[in-house]
Amino acid sequence: MARVLKPLFLFLFGLMAFSFTLKASDENAGADTITAKKFNTGDLIFDHIKDSYEWHIAELGHTAISIPLPVILYSQQTGIHVFMSGKLHKGTGMYNGFKIAKEGKYERKIVEVMADGSEVKPWDFSITKNVTSLFISIAIILLIFLTVAKRYKENFARAPKGLQSVIEPIVIFIRDDIARPSLGNENYKKYLPYLLTIFFFIFINNLMGLVPFFPGGANLSGNISVTVVLALFTFIITSLSGSRDYWVHLVNAPGIPWWLKLPFPLMPIVEILGVFTKPFVLTIRLFANITAGHIVALAFYSLIFIFAEKSPVAAYGISVISVAFTVFMSILELLIAFIQAYVFTLLSAIYIGMALENHHVKAETL
Amino acid sequence: MGLLLPDFGLFFWMLLSFSILLLILKRFAWGPILKALADRENSIDEALKSAEIAKGEMARLQAGNEKILKEAILEREKIIKEARDLKDSIIRDARHEASLEANKVIENARAAIEHERIAAIGDIKNLITSFSIEIAGKILQEKLSDEDLHKDLIQNYIDQINLN
Repeated sequence: MARVLKPLFLFLFGLMAFSFTLKASDENAGADTITAKKFNTGDLIFDHIKDSYEWHIAELGHTAISIPLPVILYSQQTGIHVFMSGKLHKGTGMYNGFKIAKEGKYERKIVEVMADGSEVKPWDFSITKNVTSLFISIAIILLIFLTVAKRYKENFARAPKGLQSVIEPIVIFIRDDIARPSLGNENYKKYLPYLLTIFFFIFINNLMGLVPFFPGGANLSGNISVTVVLALFTFIITSLSGSRDYWVHLVNAPGIPWWLKLPFPLMPIVEILGVFTKPFVLTIRLFANITAGHIVALAFYSLIFIFAEKSPVAAYGISVISVAFTVFMSILELLIAFIQAYVFTLLSAIYIGMALENHHVKAETL
Repeated sequence: MGLLLPDFGLFFWMLLSFSILLLILKRFAWGPILKALADRENSIDEALKSAEIAKGEMARLQAGNEKILKEAILEREKIIKEARDLKDSIIRDARHEASLEANKVIENARAAIEHERIAAIGDIKNLITSFSIEIAGKILQEKLSDEDLHKDLIQNYIDQINLN
C-alpha cells in the first residue's frame, strides 16, 4: 500500500506547495499596483471556507476567473427560477429580483428583493460550489469503487492490483478493526456497507478539500450541512437498530441509585440527551477539524499579503516561512483527513454497537 | 454565526445524493467486494488446510517409503545371507562328496593292490615250485651220491631265491 500511496501523496504535496506559492506570488505582484484595496484576511478565509454560487478558480489582475453554477430557486411569490449564477455578478448584481446579500442575516445567500425593499430568502436548491464538489466526489467515489468491484467480480482469487491494492487494506481494516470489534461477529455484516461508505466518503472529500484547485478545494467535509447529514444517518441507523434493552436503559439505567431517577429523573434526562449529543458531537467534530485545518493553512499564507501591505521585501521574506508552514499544515491535514474519517466511522460503529447490545449484567451491577 | 448553521440547499442535495451513493455502493460495490474478500479468505484458508493435509500425507508416504526401504534392505541381507549359506553348504557338500569319492578310489586302489599282491605271491609260489622242481631235477642230474652236498646245495638255491 505504501508504495502506491507515496508517489500519490508526494504529487499532492507538490501540487499544493506549487499552487499556493503561485497564487501567493501572483497576488503579491498585484499588491504593488492596487495598494488602495485593503487586504482582508477574514474575507479571504471565509470566501474559501463558505459556500458560494460560483466556483472561483483564479484571479488574473483584476478579473476573477470562475465557473458559473446553476441557481435553482423556489420563491413563494414568483415560483421556480433556474439560471446561471454568472447573471448575479453582472452590472448591479440584480437578476429577476434576486441578488446575493452582501450583509445582514442572509449574507452571501441569494435573497429576493420585495417591492417594499425588504429581503426574503427563497427556497434555495442551487447547485453551489459545495454541491458541485459533492457531485464530483460522488462521481469519483463511484468510479473508484465500481471499477474495483468489477475486478473482484471477475475473479476473487486474484491478487489485488492498482487501485484495488489501495482500497483493499482499508476495507479490511474497517471490517476487522472497526466493524467486528464494535458490532460483534453476528451483526457486523449488516452495517459494514454503511461504515465503508461513510469512511470513504469522508476520507475522499477530506483529501479533495486539500487539493487547492478546481475539482478539489471546496470545503465540503468541513461544511456543517454535510456533517449533519452524515451524523443524521448514524443517528437514524442507531435508533432503528436499538434493542429493547437500549431503550429501557435510556429511561431506567441499571446500577444507578434510585434517587437519581425517581423524584427528579436526572439520569433518564442525561441518558436521553446522550442519544442526541452523540450525533451532534459527530457533526461538530468533523466540521470543526476540517474547517480549522483550512483556516490555519489559509492564515499562514495570508501572512504574505499582510506583510506585502508593509513592504514587498518583507512579503518575499515571509513567503518562504509561509510556504514551509503551509506544506507542514498540508501534511498534518493529510493525517487529519484519515484520522477524522476513521474517528467518524469508529464512533458510528460504536454507537450502533451500543444500541445493539443486549445487557445481561443487571444482577452483577446491582 | 452562519458557519454553524446548516444550509438548506446543501443539506437537501447531500441527503439525496448520499442516500443514492449509499444504495449504489451497497448494491454494486460493497456487496461484490466484501463477498470476494470473504471468498478469497475462505479459499486461502482451505488451501492452507489442504496443504496441511497434503503435508501429513507426504510425511505418511515418506514414512511408508522408509519402511519399505528398510524392509528391502533386510530382505537383501537375508537373501545374501541365504546365498552365502547355500554356497557354504554346497562347498561343504562338494568337499564331503569329493573326500568320499577319494576314499572310495583309495579303497578300490588298495583292494586292487592287495589283490595284485596276493596274485603276485601266488605266482611267486608257483615259480618257487617250478624252480624247486627245476633245482631238484638239476640236483638229480648232478649226482645223487653226496647227501650233505645236496643239502647244502638246496639251501644255497633257496637262499638265492629272492621273493621279491
